[in-house]
Amino acid sequence: MNSLLKPNPKEAESIHILREVAAQFERPVLLFSGGKDSITLVRLAQKAFFPAKIPFPLLHVDTGHNFPETIAFRDKLVAELGLELIVRNVQDSIDQGKVREERGRYSSRNSLQTTTLLDAIEEFKFDACIGGARRDEEKARAKERVFSVRDDFGQWDEKNQRPELFDMLNGRIHIGQNVRVFPISNWTELDVWEYIRTENIEIPSIYYAHKREVFFRDGMIWTANEHVFREAHEEVTELMVRFRTVGDMTCTAAVLSEAVSLDDVVAEIRDSTISERGARIDDKRSEAAMETRKKVGYF
Amino acid sequence: MDTQGRKLIKIATAGSVDDGKSTLIGRLLYDTNSLTTDKIEAIERSSKQRGYDYLDFSLATDGLVAEREQGITIDVAHIYFNTDKTNFIVADTPGHVEYTRNMVTGASTSQVAIVLIDARKGVIEQTYRHFFIANLLRISHVVVAINKMDLVGYEEEVFLKIKDDFNELVAKSDFNEDQITFIPVSALKGENIARKSQEMPWYLGNTLLDHLEVLEPADLQENSVARFPIQYVTRPKTEAYHDFRGFSGKLYGGSLKVGDQVTVLPSGNETTIKSIHFFDQEYQEAEVGSSITITLADEVDLSRGDMLVKRETIPQSEKQISATICQVNSKILKVGNKYILQHGVNRVLAKVDEIESRIHTDFSGKEDAEQLKLNDIGKVKFRLSKPIHADSYTSNKSNGSFILIDESSFDTVGVGFID
Repeated sequence: MNSLLKPNPKEAESIHILREVAAQFERPVLLFSGGKDSITLVRLAQKAFFPAKIPFPLLHVDTGHNFPETIAFRDKLVAELGLELIVRNVQDSIDQGKVREERGRYSSRNSLQTTTLLDAIEEFKFDACIGGARRDEEKARAKERVFSVRDDFGQWDEKNQRPELFDMLNGRIHIGQNVRVFPISNWTELDVWEYIRTENIEIPSIYYAHKREVFFRDGMIWTANEHVFREAHEEVTELMVRFRTVGDMTCTAAVLSEAVSLDDVVAEIRDSTISERGARIDDKRSEAAMETRKKVGYF
Repeated sequence: MDTQGRKLIKIATAGSVDDGKSTLIGRLLYDTNSLTTDKIEAIERSSKQRGYDYLDFSLATDGLVAEREQGITIDVAHIYFNTDKTNFIVADTPGHVEYTRNMVTGASTSQVAIVLIDARKGVIEQTYRHFFIANLLRISHVVVAINKMDLVGYEEEVFLKIKDDFNELVAKSDFNEDQITFIPVSALKGENIARKSQEMPWYLGNTLLDHLEVLEPADLQENSVARFPIQYVTRPKTEAYHDFRGFSGKLYGGSLKVGDQVTVLPSGNETTIKSIHFFDQEYQEAEVGSSITITLADEVDLSRGDMLVKRETIPQSEKQISATICQVNSKILKVGNKYILQHGVNRVLAKVDEIESRIHTDFSGKEDAEQLKLNDIGKVKFRLSKPIHADSYTSNKSNGSFILIDESSFDTVGVGFID
């Protein structure tokens, strides 16, 4: 037996939040992207409920343009931990005529995910959606609550948010409303990586440096792939790269890297002069890109 | 401690409009290399668009579109940075009088408050109010940052005058002088933020960053007896853990050990702690702040909202409570109003019996009141549907505070600090 438990305050806070979700809501779900933040959430949920199983399913909104490594990782994790996984596809929303595929140079299915997500919330009557967003990612997210109430249309009313005092979480909602829950709100990108290293958590291989066919556009490194629109003059080269954030292929840029271990990755993040969302093509659309998407229900 | 052994310090900032609060935080981020190249580029771009001939670091924190348009901060923003030894969380709270609730909110999770004063203006009414809230919430340390020293010629007399004026407030508060530190700074120029100012050789103290780094979380930790509110009952019902019945929660105050004799509230049943679990490990003892699962030696009736305490230190169990309330919603609090009262993870119904007074937030006393409006602070008596097991706020912050939830909108409308 160990002698004294000294808590890691951010970890203890996240576990407290996850237990509040299980206690306060009827049908919670964990939004799982296969990225490092949602993988960290899964580990925290294991810790919150051990020796019982995680008492809610995972939901993956699949754009169809995910990296195959992420999907393989997702399926392996779910099998190993005996979790329930629900997958809903953006392709189905397109086929049903609910959203229209973007065309051209910057086309992406990233913003189309919102419709598929809102439909899944309605289909399963989820009242709490747990996500891995962090306040340090982006300035609109810096003002996000831990329990963030959304109306029937999934909208975020940023000027009318419930104040959150001490660690008391108010999850009381009306029928039709739901709550987005962000247990790692107070973690930084470096906190997440250091935690993954300390806990020795497995992550998808694309987070480590690997050889990949890429091309350059607007100073960013794009994956050369059938799903990513590329002009004839945009030349493809093979480079050693890795990903700092894992989203859809069409909106996630790679960074040049030699980092092949967690130690390398942590060292690289610590010295990095580019923010994580600096490699997110979707944020560059305008100064308020994230806030605008959040207001209409984006995760 | 985080995974790297860094301590965590949580800070709330308060200042009036144009005191340069956002600039101060932006400067802290810049000087600790916490702003990345793309963020600096974005700041350069925005500063240029607005026609400034300097870098406007306030743009690093002013997040929402409405705020950028008006150049003011209207909601609490959380900012993160770290040095080799310390992990910092800053709750940047707005300075407008109508947004008092935001400072209460930001301060509720903070150990340190930075109160900003414009050196040209000195101690003004807003300063009284900000310091009043720091006092009400029993913040452990207050740093008075006297900013824009560059605009008063870095004069020591200006600094000393403001310090004297502020100390008159300290005398009216519950703070001791050693809980207050005065630092002359220029956030815009970076003087005494991370770099010792050459312009103010008369100031012999630490820079702001050095001062924040020497604070010890041990001094900041609320120091009190163990309170373990049951958050969740863990019943795996698997073959390996067939009879496992664990009580999960976060430990407020003190510590808990295997073998501790404990009392279950509200039943009053007594038992001992059989085991303490954190994930797949067992521990002999858990410190304050741990999110743990414990098992008990006897079969006792215990569910969410109940509380475990050590036998010799039982809190008050009251159906009538008196508390200081800060109204954080535009709905008015009146005698006869009913609320859902959330105390930690426990919820009961509460009715307003009496409003004793409205408290002036500038240390000038109190007045009779019929109602409390948004941003009002007052003394209120409640009658509860069931007793809560509470301490006074001054002896245990977590077990001495509650929120009021409106029965129809379910919004959080008030926060209470129990007498």
